[in-house]
Amino acid sequence: MRLQVNSELCQGHNRCMVLLPELIEADDEGYAVVLEDGSVPEELLHKAQLAVDNCPEFALTLEDD
Amino acid sequence: MSADPVQNQGPAPRGEPIYAADGHELPDDVYKLYPSSHGVPVADWATDFDHADPEYNRNAHEIWDELRSKCPIAHTERYGGTWLPTKHEDVRAIAYDTENFTSRQVIVVNGRIDPAKSPIGQAPPITSDPPFHQMARKLLLSQFRPNKINPLEGDIREVCRQRLDDLGEIEPGETIIDAAAQYAQHIPPAVISRLLGFPPEDDDKFRYFIHNVLEEIDAPPEQKRAFAMEFDEYLDAQIEDHRQNPRDDLTTYLINAEIGGQPLPHEQVRGAILLLLIAGIDTTWSAIGASLWHLAQNPADVERLRKDPDVMIFALEEFLRAYAPVTMARLVAKDVEIGGCPMKEEDFVLLPFPAANRDEEFIENADKFIIDREVNRHSAFGLGIHRCLGSNLARLELRVAIEEFINRFPDFSLPPDGDQTQWSVGQIRGPRALPLRIG
Ligand code: SF4
Repeated sequence: MRLQVNSELCQGHNRCMVLLPELIEADDEGYAVVLEDGSVPEELLHKAQLAVDNCPEFALTLEDD
Repeated sequence: MSADPVQNQGPAPRGEPIYAADGHELPDDVYKLYPSSHGVPVADWATDFDHADPEYNRNAHEIWDELRSKCPIAHTERYGGTWLPTKHEDVRAIAYDTENFTSRQVIVVNGRIDPAKSPIGQAPPITSDPPFHQMARKLLLSQFRPNKINPLEGDIREVCRQRLDDLGEIEPGETIIDAAAQYAQHIPPAVISRLLGFPPEDDDKFRYFIHNVLEEIDAPPEQKRAFAMEFDEYLDAQIEDHRQNPRDDLTTYLINAEIGGQPLPHEQVRGAILLLLIAGIDTTWSAIGASLWHLAQNPADVERLRKDPDVMIFALEEFLRAYAPVTMARLVAKDVEIGGCPMKEEDFVLLPFPAANRDEEFIENADKFIIDREVNRHSAFGLGIHRCLGSNLARLELRVAIEEFINRFPDFSLPPDGDQTQWSVGQIRGPRALPLRIG
């Protein structure tokens, strides 16, 4: 599975990086950046889903590769 | 001037506005003023609501639930015409619609600020519209990103502990403290004054300023003008002091900041500081107070937080969802129909994010506080381009304030003679007095 942030929608609420610090960072203005290519290892799937489900702007998606 | 309270009962009439051009003296930058309906009791929440009625915030959850089911976009003639959507869907749509709605004015009052103030507004970027908005916001965003804010945790903890120490001798089962006035209200002013590099002893002044801006919605124009001058003078003196003695703080940062290669004009520096004070103080103390009000009535939640501190990651968001303090506002930029309602240019629209957070269509068990709710897409900090830029700081203050309080007092409740909480009036909802018995 691959995690993606839609930077048009992201408003920097930072909910996702609190839930999934392993894969998401904030840029200099606090907007979300997905690390590396966004592939989500098995053990982080639940956390990744939580990040997706908690984004107030519906800016994160988790899709099949 | 016909701004006297109308004494008759029943829905408040909108009345004809007074225009500055008529030779009347109006407060600075206000070009149109509608008659006040202050003190006129609300006849019907669907057609005559008033967010400055003391009953409004006290009963907000019930009022919103009722409106959502019967009249999802309520209207009042007060303040020259104001709309109140309560469904998540409508609040969201308006928050994203920067074309039909302007942020020129985000606090609902009887006057209308001169349209010439757009797109910058009095307190950029909250009062700014695109495209200027983004430039002003960029400046501040970099100062509130997580790795700038997280290191403040230790300082905030110290502020909270000091306040708890200052409560003095506590006799378990006897002592009643005011958790709003003696605790919550002191935390955000101390934190923001450190960030801005303002004198720490001015915390009380901030509370006075903020109260005047946010709660004296209907004060007579002369009083408002005198107050605005006093606030401006205070800020001007602070800015001048920073110009003379630059230091490593937000005020100096703003003085040195540039937009398009030009330093910010003095008014914009002052406006941004005004915004940080207004937006950073009342909102956060209201969230802290409302969360403690909840905990005082739900000892099982206190217990869970103490035994299982990891639940805080979800609990924090649930406090924010269930007791969101902030209702934003917009002015209608041009006539538009939303949900069948004909909104007219220069009508106000309140955006009650706390009501949106309690919409059953949006979130399951919306009326229940679920401490470990994992899926919680709440919008306590707003949605879209005006998302609260201090949200990282606010979350940190709220978390630390709750942690420190429950660590010091594992057992606290409403006083034996019942709930004596006094709720704010206006767009920020939170306890102004919160007597609690320490067990
Ligand atoms: S939670 Fe959503 S809006 Fe917030 S930073 Fe993450 S992706 Fe962006």
